[in-house]
Amino acid sequence: MIRYVLKKFMFMLMSLFFLITATFVLMNAVPGSPLQSEKATSEQIQKNLEAYYGLDKPLIVQYGVYLKNLVQGDLGISMKKKFQAVDKIIGDSFKYSLKLGLVSIVTSVVVGCILGIISAMYHRKFLDNFSMILAVIGLSIPSLVIAPVLQYLLAVKIEAFEVAGLNRPMDYVLPTIALSAASIAFIARLIRSTMIEVLNSDFIKTAKSKGLAGHLIVWRHALRNSMLPVVTFLGFLMANVITGSVVIEKIFAIPGLGKFFVESVSNRDYPLIMGITIFYAVILMISRLLADIAYVLVDPRIRISGGKAGK
Amino acid sequence: MKSILDVQNLSVSFAVYGGEVQAVRDVSFDVKEGEAVAIVGESGSGKSVTAQTIMRLIQTPPGKIKKGKVFLDGQDLMSLSEKEMQKVRGNKIGMIFQDPMTSLNPTMTVGKQIMEGLIQHQSLSGAKANERVLELLTLVGIPNPETRINQYPHQFSGGMRQRVMIAIALACTPALLIADEPTTALDVTIQAQILTLMKDLQEKTKTSIILITHDLGIVADICDRVIVMYAGQIVETGTKHEIFSNPQHPYTKGLLKSLPRLDQAKDEPLIPIFGTPPDLIKPPQGCGFCSRCDSAMRICETEIPEQTKISDTQSVRCWLQHPYAKEQGSDAGKEASA
Repeated sequence: MIRYVLKKFMFMLMSLFFLITATFVLMNAVPGSPLQSEKATSEQIQKNLEAYYGLDKPLIVQYGVYLKNLVQGDLGISMKKKFQAVDKIIGDSFKYSLKLGLVSIVTSVVVGCILGIISAMYHRKFLDNFSMILAVIGLSIPSLVIAPVLQYLLAVKIEAFEVAGLNRPMDYVLPTIALSAASIAFIARLIRSTMIEVLNSDFIKTAKSKGLAGHLIVWRHALRNSMLPVVTFLGFLMANVITGSVVIEKIFAIPGLGKFFVESVSNRDYPLIMGITIFYAVILMISRLLADIAYVLVDPRIRISGGKAGK
Repeated sequence: MKSILDVQNLSVSFAVYGGEVQAVRDVSFDVKEGEAVAIVGESGSGKSVTAQTIMRLIQTPPGKIKKGKVFLDGQDLMSLSEKEMQKVRGNKIGMIFQDPMTSLNPTMTVGKQIMEGLIQHQSLSGAKANERVLELLTLVGIPNPETRINQYPHQFSGGMRQRVMIAIALACTPALLIADEPTTALDVTIQAQILTLMKDLQEKTKTSIILITHDLGIVADICDRVIVMYAGQIVETGTKHEIFSNPQHPYTKGLLKSLPRLDQAKDEPLIPIFGTPPDLIKPPQGCGFCSRCDSAMRICETEIPEQTKISDTQSVRCWLQHPYAKEQGSDAGKEASA
């Protein structure tokens, strides 16, 4: 297990290096520069600025300097946000994205599982059709439609919630619904199809022959065996949701990470682009690693090992 | 001896696209206390459906119990509610399935799977249940029960898993054990071990057994009485000796003839029963075996033969054995049917 994690960790470092290199090259290949602006600046000031940020040196030197700083844990200073350190920007905004993200992951998994289980238990009956219609709606209506509709109906018309912001616990409700609708639907469909298959398997018949009641069979025998695909999906979902959704953050005026990512690219704010990209990559890799470890917890047949012995 | 299970006129159908498969047609038999009864027949003859209907394990729909009663200790299982039925399953009837590789939950320890039934029916405490599971594992011949109890099914071989299944089925000392082809998925040496185990356990626990199989060798080994099923009906029943030494139905005869023999020359071909069983969506009007039978008469095509008693223990559904045919001689029988 430890060997496996170490091995994975080495791979993570390697892919991170490639990612940094590729992003650095691509970022600089895009026309424009962080120092261009509408305001006319004299040539001297422009030169001074470039020298200050090190942009006058050849690209390969800039790359070397960036890597050196990165290894020392220095992500640099934003070129647009008035001398703010990149790690501080990420830290401040990630707080919001993380909180909202975790809330909506838990919501997605719990609600998705419940809907999926109900569908599987009442396969081809009313409840199944009902929750699958809900799922199709959730999957096909994009969050950028759901969010304003929710705002209009629940915040403007009924005034049950705040339109925007994330100050009180209640403020999480609308963005969470908007953010998790699609993943709820996805998880529900995933659980449903796996569980229908599991419920037809032989060991469920064994469980029935022991005289267990229907709900006990689902809870004790079917659920755990239906969780594997969800765990796989969870790895991606975590990375996606925690790092913030640009659209949802924009609609609900949440100062999260997604907003900064988009802004950094359009501003050509080189250090911020690099910083957030690296941060996203690390989160994605860690989520995948956690999902791998979660497999072992869900299914005892899966053994994790570093060597060839791994199944 | 008192009969523990009494199946009366059981008929089960399955709704399929374009009709209804009549899987079990008017089946009646009983199982006495401490008796081992074999139900033999080829695939699709309705033997597994009969067993699963007794346990009420067939899915309804598509399955449907058309008519019939199944008395266990005087209680009609077909009229029980699902809740009441749960108290019977695992408690009064235990069941062993065909494939031990898929019949155990891969994500639950073996001990817990055996324990479940005990906790459900006997409301034992954790420690007591644990003790009983160790006892059961020893009983079914699993070495090192203390370590084995906490292991998962994938750490067991096929034969060991089937032993675990037997432990699950016997956990609450049921009055009846239904074994649905318990050795089909195992290799021959393991088959022998499992059969010996079942024989031993039956002697120890005095449980009645219904053994479903298509292997006549197994039947000879552990059963007292044999029920031969064909096309959803019982065509012949009798004691083991009657069936093997004095079969009456052409199908039973064919089955026995098709077995390889030790004294047979190596290059001598086996004798198959030619043809295929009838389509049970449209079961034949007369005897189900008629189209494959060498001695079929005209009446066989139009009338389902009645149950004819050969002895106190043996009876057969065949026009050839009908008293009328006996009286008239077989030629007269043919004329009479015309």
